[in-house]
Amino acid sequence: MTTHDITITINGEAITATVPARRNLVDFIRQEAGLTGSHVGCEHGVCGACTVEVNGTPVRGCLMLAVQADGAHVTTVEGLADTGRGHRLRAAFQTHNALQCGFCTPGMLASALEYVEGGGTADRTAIREHISGNYCRCTGYQAIVDAIVEVIETGEGA
Amino acid sequence: MTGPALIFDKPNAYIGQSTPRADTNRLLEGRGRFVDDIQLPRMLHAAFLRSPYAHAEIRGLDTSAAKAAPGVVRVLTGADLEGVVEPYVGVLTHLKGLRSAPQMPLAVDRARWQGEPLAMVLARSRAEAEDAAALIEADLDPIPAACDAETALDPDAPVIHPEFGSNLAWERLVDVGDVDAAFARDDVQVVSRTLRFGRHTGVTLETRAAVAEYDPSEDRLTFHYSGQAPHMMQFIFAKHLGLAEENVRVVANDVGGSFGIKIHTYGDEVATAAAAKLLGRPVKFVADRYESFLSDIHARDHVVEARMAVDKAGKIVALDFDDLTGIGPYSMYPRTSAIEANQVLNLTGAPYDLENYRARGRVVFQNKNMMCQYRAVGHPIAMAICDGLLEDAAAKIGMDVVEMRRVNLMRDDSYPRASASGMKLDDLSHQKALNVLVETMGYDALRAEQAELRARGVYRGIGFVSMVEVTNPSPMFYGIGGAPIASQDGATVRLDAGGGLRVSSSVTEQGQGTNAILAQIAAGVFGVPIERVTVTTGDTDTVPYGGGTWASRGAGIGGEAMLQAAHALKEQVLEVAAVMLQSDAATLDIQNGSVVDGSGARMTLSDLARTVYYRGNELPSDLKPELIATRHYRVTDFPFVFTNGAMAAHVEVDTETGLVKVLNFWAVEDCGRVINPKLVDEQVRGGVVQGIGGALYEECIYSEDGQLMNATMADYLVPMAVEMPDIVVRHVETPTKTSVLGAKGAGEAGTGGAPAAVMNAVNDALRPLGATLWQMPMTPERILKALGKV
Amino acid sequence: MKPADFRYARPATLDEALTLMAGEGEIAALAGGQSLMPMMNFRIAQPEVLVDLNAVADLAGVTEMDGTVRIGAMTRYSDLARHDVLARLPLVARALPHVAHPSIRNRGTLGGSLALADPAAELPAVALALGAKVHLASTHGTRSVAADDFFQGLYETDRAEDELVTAIDLPAATAQETYGFHEVARRHGDYAMAGVALTRRDDGLRIAFFSVSDRPVRAKAAETVLRDDPTKLDLAIEALDEIDFTGDLNGGPDMKRHLAGVVLRRAWAEVLA
Repeated sequence: MTTHDITITINGEAITATVPARRNLVDFIRQEAGLTGSHVGCEHGVCGACTVEVNGTPVRGCLMLAVQADGAHVTTVEGLADTGRGHRLRAAFQTHNALQCGFCTPGMLASALEYVEGGGTADRTAIREHISGNYCRCTGYQAIVDAIVEVIETGEGA
Repeated sequence: MTGPALIFDKPNAYIGQSTPRADTNRLLEGRGRFVDDIQLPRMLHAAFLRSPYAHAEIRGLDTSAAKAAPGVVRVLTGADLEGVVEPYVGVLTHLKGLRSAPQMPLAVDRARWQGEPLAMVLARSRAEAEDAAALIEADLDPIPAACDAETALDPDAPVIHPEFGSNLAWERLVDVGDVDAAFARDDVQVVSRTLRFGRHTGVTLETRAAVAEYDPSEDRLTFHYSGQAPHMMQFIFAKHLGLAEENVRVVANDVGGSFGIKIHTYGDEVATAAAAKLLGRPVKFVADRYESFLSDIHARDHVVEARMAVDKAGKIVALDFDDLTGIGPYSMYPRTSAIEANQVLNLTGAPYDLENYRARGRVVFQNKNMMCQYRAVGHPIAMAICDGLLEDAAAKIGMDVVEMRRVNLMRDDSYPRASASGMKLDDLSHQKALNVLVETMGYDALRAEQAELRARGVYRGIGFVSMVEVTNPSPMFYGIGGAPIASQDGATVRLDAGGGLRVSSSVTEQGQGTNAILAQIAAGVFGVPIERVTVTTGDTDTVPYGGGTWASRGAGIGGEAMLQAAHALKEQVLEVAAVMLQSDAATLDIQNGSVVDGSGARMTLSDLARTVYYRGNELPSDLKPELIATRHYRVTDFPFVFTNGAMAAHVEVDTETGLVKVLNFWAVEDCGRVINPKLVDEQVRGGVVQGIGGALYEECIYSEDGQLMNATMADYLVPMAVEMPDIVVRHVETPTKTSVLGAKGAGEAGTGGAPAAVMNAVNDALRPLGATLWQMPMTPERILKALGKV
Repeated sequence: MKPADFRYARPATLDEALTLMAGEGEIAALAGGQSLMPMMNFRIAQPEVLVDLNAVADLAGVTEMDGTVRIGAMTRYSDLARHDVLARLPLVARALPHVAHPSIRNRGTLGGSLALADPAAELPAVALALGAKVHLASTHGTRSVAADDFFQGLYETDRAEDELVTAIDLPAATAQETYGFHEVARRHGDYAMAGVALTRRDDGLRIAFFSVSDRPVRAKAAETVLRDDPTKLDLAIEALDEIDFTGDLNGGPDMKRHLAGVVLRRAWAEVLA
């Protein structure tokens, strides 16, 4: 088995580990860093549950190898909570019940954050389009759209 | 039912309020507790070798290379589990004649569907387990398969269980009135259609997952699972692994969606528990998405020949149908795979005055993945049959579909009564729900707009459904037939020394907000701020005994138990308070965490509890407060408590591409007393979107030889955000008289009703073009074929 | 769904990458990974060596010279979408939002898409419609291939096993150029049921379909019809019989044939508008 010694800074903390080449980023985050907020939903890049930020850009954690993130800075849902980033979105998600089982939520928040911080408008179709790469089986999406709209319409930042 | 007065309008009553769910904080901050998050010392990871064929003789499994592979600790085959696992059979005695064959977690001798587990590898990591599974040399001899349910009963079809002589698993006929005479009347018009409902599946975002821990020193199994019915699984593991029931603990923490998928006995999970027992160390199995598609239960898969006779006034004179459903090679254990067909026979036409009703259901074995109960069991088929034909008949006689429903729907003042199939009905509001729906959607204006747009070549359709939903089931659902499935649930409420309430319940949480509404009920009925309530569900070691979550029963049954328990505790506390305050209990109440009387707060609950727990010397010696109460509740007067709803879909069909855009969807739901309006609305919306999925997108596509062709999330299409409409939800509240709480279920109505409404809307759009389509999902290709363009 | 084991290399230069590609065994180049990684997770692809191109600086970036835009193979969709050059590539701009979803576009690359040659992907057809030139390199040297000759079958291209796509040349739009693009997909971001990209310039008309055959395909007979007479759309649609339509899970060849006509009609309306 081919292994690599890598260091990934996750939520500000450098994690060094020897990992198999085939270990993907989300498995690294969950297993090596013990941060289980990022979820594995399909392992083929469709559901979006594993979406995390790598150097500030949301990517599928199941379609990137951990070794590819050697030296990178990764932010997960736990990191957002630690720093308060996205607190308005989280509050709006709770108010609107924009999550039920919560399994999609970490990825959904990452995509919502990208949209809001990227200056997205409160246009419902544009929001729906942006989050269409994140699958939610529970809510039917409307509450998620409501939450994002509220965040955009009622203040600055996410 | 009568009960404690004034529980719904107290100052701190939470029932009826959209209180946010406390447990969402955890999930929003990445602190959920899902099964795959569990890492235990010495834990092994399981991967399965699954049958690549729909039907094959297993000549041999050479596991030597797999056993020698890096990281591998053990490889198990079906033969290894013989004597370890007692086979299981998915039959129920009240479904007379239902038959199924004994089943083992790993196939022995013969594989009967593509995806059936053949061998299990236990290794240090999932990756290594997969590596080794690929090294197992399986000597499989493919044999002819019976994949298509429609030909599985043919005389020359391969028989999947030769001992049965045919592939028929179960058959039932309901025949009420004189159907033949009704169709023969010369004053009726008849519509007849063949309806097809594709197989679909749950696609829970968290796949099935299990961690089994076995401690040989105590002969004790702890099974962490992502599922809905801990006590049922406790029984099953005890029985089939030869353990004392009290030595099996089943724990379900956060569950990433279930929808009925996670309430069955899967070979994967049984094998995981068996492996933990055999090896004496923890074993984790988390289905990957591919095996999830291959092995999570599928649903629907019905072909229905149906006809309806109506008179000139639009009155339904008779309904007659024949339903054939394919369930895979076994009836699923323990709920069986005949329930869906049974529901179709029970529920079709249930909203309507119907005198002549004949329904035949046949359930057949086939070499496909197993079919069993998934959200809204049978409802989409039942509603589509009757409401589809109703709208078809309305078109035939030139009657408006709303008017035709008004003619036929049971009158709101006509209950209690029974449906044509004999279902006992009470507290329903079909007519009122339809009126609210028509008003909410602006029906007349929509029809005008539709006509105007048609003239311009834009084809929009409006479709309705009037429906019932089975909720709050009694023991008549499963218990009567011998299944270890409780229909009662328990709640325990304990006042802690700090003045907080610790409550537990045997119903479970999968995101629908069960824990939140239990807290609302406990806080409101007992009298503490909701922040002071801590809820535990999903652990057989600590919660009262009960059935878990299925058939939309959490709020209605679990909620009533909680109400009764909270009220019982309150009476206890007031009795103690009356002694301590030298007052009359009847003059006291509990509000916002304090005992109050007419003059205001007299004592905090913390003061009371600390006195009881720490300074019992201050109490009279004959006063022995418990400060804990448990109550159980089951529905006794009815087999099921039905809800009703009326829904409408507004769609636009692109007649060149066959694509359907759902423009609007309205749902009016009567689930009795609404405990948390926001959560109920969201259950309805989520359910409607799953229903739209079934109507337009979702289908397990099989090749003729039984290969699932679209076992990826890129190819099995679930609804995503941009195609879905905003959904307007309204309520009519007709509380059920079977409980004090008055709540019925709300979890499945959307999924049960939306497909019929969407189908009707699409057909309403297509009819001016001389086309209709009676097959779900209504894919672009099928629509274009119906239009004659392909 | 864990990939089979492989050796991983992350070259920093193109030369290093090409040397690795010339090695023994089954070697796969890893670009954005948005198609290759799923195939590896399903174990449909089991390379022995994975050559990660993400650190090869020579492969990124966009340059413009003499009316030609050169896009480095490792340019990601989202970087391209934000790039000023997109003003000169209106057809690319039109197609990009249809490629999957934002977090996929944040990783996926133009070179990766062309090298994979998924018959349902947008960008290969766009490259065909624009008459792109694909630059290839190996340890034996460099060469360039016209898009017309590059796509050779289902996931088959003219790229040799040891070659890498290094860049794609696209002609910058001229003032007279008009273009059209239309796809029909079951869901936004899905691979289309059928789609078409087309450009009309002084020097001709190029129509390229995707998701109707085993590869992105030109419709040359239809091009001829419409070049001669832009109003003869029905005739052009009839001429689509030249395409070897192949079905997929969304429908059979007849369905693809029908939808090809629909998307052409809609895209042509954009051209004429």
